Amino acid sequence: MTRAAVIRFPGSNCETETGRALEAAGIATTFVWHRDADIRGVDLVVLPGGFSYGDYLRSGAIARFSPVMEAVRQHAAGGGAVFGICNGFQILCETGLLPGALMRNAGLTFVSRPVRVRVERTTTPFTSAYEEGAELVLPVAHGEGRFEASEEVRQQLEAEHCVVLRYVPGENPNGSTADIAGISNAAGNIVGIMPHPERVAEAALGNSDGAGFFRSVASWTRVLKGVA
Amino acid sequence: MTFRVLVRVMPRAGLLDPEGQAVERALTELGFSEAAAVRMGRAVELSIEAGSAADAKRRAHAMCERLLANPVTEDFLVEVVAS
Repeated sequence: MTRAAVIRFPGSNCETETGRALEAAGIATTFVWHRDADIRGVDLVVLPGGFSYGDYLRSGAIARFSPVMEAVRQHAAGGGAVFGICNGFQILCETGLLPGALMRNAGLTFVSRPVRVRVERTTTPFTSAYEEGAELVLPVAHGEGRFEASEEVRQQLEAEHCVVLRYVPGENPNGSTADIAGISNAAGNIVGIMPHPERVAEAALGNSDGAGFFRSVASWTRVLKGVA
Repeated sequence: MTFRVLVRVMPRAGLLDPEGQAVERALTELGFSEAAAVRMGRAVELSIEAGSAADAKRRAHAMCERLLANPVTEDFLVEVVAS
């Protein structure tokens, strides 16, 4: 069975529904406290949404020094799947596991609403269940989601096909560069996105567009383990 | 010796600074129409135990590179203000 670790930082607040979405996709989920340096040999790691360390200094800036992050780095370096959602994406950028940074929304306000996004890369463990170009409605809830990177990094992201999710034109809620809502590393095993798929992962919620992220990674690890 | 160090962290020139823009608009509305190019950053004051002011500055520089500033989006200035 596929096993996931959802990391809990002080101030994480989306870990329960993230665990539920993983379980619904058939993934056994363990919650790991950020002071714990052992992620117990899981197949994938999820950094959930929230406000780790109260977003002090910069979102994700302090969480990246948590003992668990060294284990996450090693897991990622070995090709393991890592998924950062919202604050998790911010932590991945601060850690340097993903390039760029997430800055204050251009409109200055915290934005909490559903937005339309397009799946741009399906060759990642988290998006393989979607068709390239598929449009999803996913909720965003953040004050700092404006993706910024140097011109060089932006060109590299496009050239290496590392933009995973893009806001549909006109839907960009935060002024993000090139409408970027989520990116991956070149290999694709590390993915960070601002929207919250775990909040729309079952039909009872009125929208299950987000379930595919969790279904993707369940089948990805089954393939890796050679289990039918 | 203990040195009091002031670190200023500013958004990199050229990057959108919506907070600075909002403050600038508010200043204009209050009648301070001469205020322009407002940029909002962060100030950190700290005491550093070091052998010399230059050493204290070097340590503060290292702290900025590791934590206090984001190398992607921010620039910083370190100043020793008192010893």
